[in-house]
Amino acid sequence: MSEKTLVEAINLALAHELAADRDVVVFGEDVGANGGVFRATIDLQSQFGVDRVFDTPLAENMIAGLAVGMAAQGLKPVAEIQFMGFIYAALDQLISHASRMRHRTQGRLTCPMVMRTPFGGGIHAPEHHSESTEALFAHIPGLRVVIPSSPQQAYGLLLASIRDPDPVVFLEPTRLYRLFKQEVVDDGKALPLDECFILREGRDVTLISWGAMLVETLKVANELAKRNIEAEIIDVATINPLDMDTILRSIEKTGRCVIVHEAVRTCGVGAEIAAQISEHALTSLLAPIQRVTGYDTIIPLPALEQYYLPSENRILQAIQKTLEYS
Amino acid sequence: MANQEKEVAQFTIHYTQYLDKHGNPTQPLPSLAEDPKQLVNLYRSMLVTRAFDEKSVKLQRMGKLGTFPSVLGQEAIGVGVGSVMRKEDVLCPNYRDYGAQFSHGVSMSELLVYWGGDERGSNFAKARQDFPVCIPIASQALHAVGAATAIKLRKESRVVVVMLGDGATSRGDFYEAMNVAGVWDLPVVFVVNNNQWAISMRREEQSRTKTLAQKGIAAGIWSEQIDGNDVFAVHEVTQAAIERAREAKGPTLIEALSYRMGDHTTADDASRYRDPSELEQHREEDPIKRLRYYLEQKGWWNDQKEQELHKEIEEEIETAVKEYLSNQPNTPESMFDHLFEKLPEPLVPQKEAVKRLYKGSKDE
Repeated sequence: MSEKTLVEAINLALAHELAADRDVVVFGEDVGANGGVFRATIDLQSQFGVDRVFDTPLAENMIAGLAVGMAAQGLKPVAEIQFMGFIYAALDQLISHASRMRHRTQGRLTCPMVMRTPFGGGIHAPEHHSESTEALFAHIPGLRVVIPSSPQQAYGLLLASIRDPDPVVFLEPTRLYRLFKQEVVDDGKALPLDECFILREGRDVTLISWGAMLVETLKVANELAKRNIEAEIIDVATINPLDMDTILRSIEKTGRCVIVHEAVRTCGVGAEIAAQISEHALTSLLAPIQRVTGYDTIIPLPALEQYYLPSENRILQAIQKTLEYS
Repeated sequence: MANQEKEVAQFTIHYTQYLDKHGNPTQPLPSLAEDPKQLVNLYRSMLVTRAFDEKSVKLQRMGKLGTFPSVLGQEAIGVGVGSVMRKEDVLCPNYRDYGAQFSHGVSMSELLVYWGGDERGSNFAKARQDFPVCIPIASQALHAVGAATAIKLRKESRVVVVMLGDGATSRGDFYEAMNVAGVWDLPVVFVVNNNQWAISMRREEQSRTKTLAQKGIAAGIWSEQIDGNDVFAVHEVTQAAIERAREAKGPTLIEALSYRMGDHTTADDASRYRDPSELEQHREEDPIKRLRYYLEQKGWWNDQKEQELHKEIEEEIETAVKEYLSNQPNTPESMFDHLFEKLPEPLVPQKEAVKRLYKGSKDE
């Protein structure tokens, strides 16, 4: 057992599956000798060889199409896209092929691939490196979208994603890569891919979030606890398919709900969650659902980034608003 | 100062043709030319493709088939390519490659089921490894290099063949696929059916390059041009390319020159943008006529054989059409099947709702 950062836990999970399954291959831009620009694949090539861990030419749609072709031949490709800002070239392959290969061949050809990419703001990165566009991927039928929020969870969810027989987009919050360490047990245990995680139990309000925003959300919940307000925190680590059962059970208990996400507000995953709560638990609600999100703007370059990202203060205000509603 | 300029690279594109439009040799013929059995097989496959094509267009006009892309006039390409592939090889077809698909084990009724609007048509009973037809242009080229990478990593001696149209050579996918095939020496053969038209866009409007074949040169792969209406050329050049790939000697790009005698699809009307006189000129180049001339010159073919073959093919197609028309629609809730290996719990209520809503709408 050892303390690991989230990016080290990713590396650990990749190494575990490369060792456990001959069909797993890891590839992408600079993932070989360089170990990836964030070092997520560090030492994997020297450990498993250039046939299992290799660099590709620089073309993201090619990387995605390559994965589709390899997967159809029975390999389990784990492709890295260097930053989410570069993944859009690969959308064609994800929408037109990866997500529908199983369906359109009625199970004859399948696509057990994982596409990993770092995403999200708050790391003072250059342009195109800070967006949170998970909703784009959640809108694609046949594709799983997974977002871990801690090292141990990242390990278990990545194992599950690689072992899953269908395509998974695995979004790694860049801000969490090295933010904190956690005990990570390399036990090969996968976590479920369609269940939300309850990070904190509480009776007064349900806070729903995922990825890096859970840092602020947890901090606010701990502050509230000092005032005897107990927030329940749900980590929607599996964005699609979306486990509403866990969310609805919590709403039925608390009657109040705040959704926190970094992505732009309109048509964000928060909107889908709010819609489903109103469909299935309207009578349990004691107050309107509050959303704390990024604005419907382009995420600013680092100088103004902090004003875009939901802050502890904004989350706190939204919670107060829902608690005061009567 | 002395002029330091020097030539650092040069290339040539070879063009291969064995039979001219009258079926006369334009160069010494390959051994295939003395193999009547194989030639009649190729001839038959081309006729099957054409008859299937005609029947499918008719079915569409009668409202019994969805939008259908005709391959009229380009039969030698698919048939020639399919004839040199092994069963264990992988085909990544475009949507106009019935000839290759049939040769590789896909059945007529399967393709009719697909073009009739039913996903089950792509669940090929025989060509289990082949990709379904690709509708988004050139994206299948990337699947081909992916499959070829898997084959190479596993040190197998199989080959992937990907078929594309001339319009596809303008897309990034095509360049990206050739680039990686070149740099990794992948066992893949790219076949471009240059039928001169991408819907209403002429070949000359598509690219300034003199040949489409030379686009492969940029990726460092062996590239050549052939007469795609000469099944001898298709057979010989594709066979050599496939053998090179099988022996790990690298990928090839083949540009096969042909002409789209039909509309882009049944939803298109080429008379809006194409002078009909062009068709007359290209009718002379017909790949089937050309092989028939050759076979007749050799004394291996006559009118009686032709009639018998037509009758045989007609029966074959009627059987396939009957099989297709007797295919019952799938249940409405089957749209949830094969979405994932196991339908995720959150989707179950949607499937149940469809089931309840449309209960009894399927012949049970």
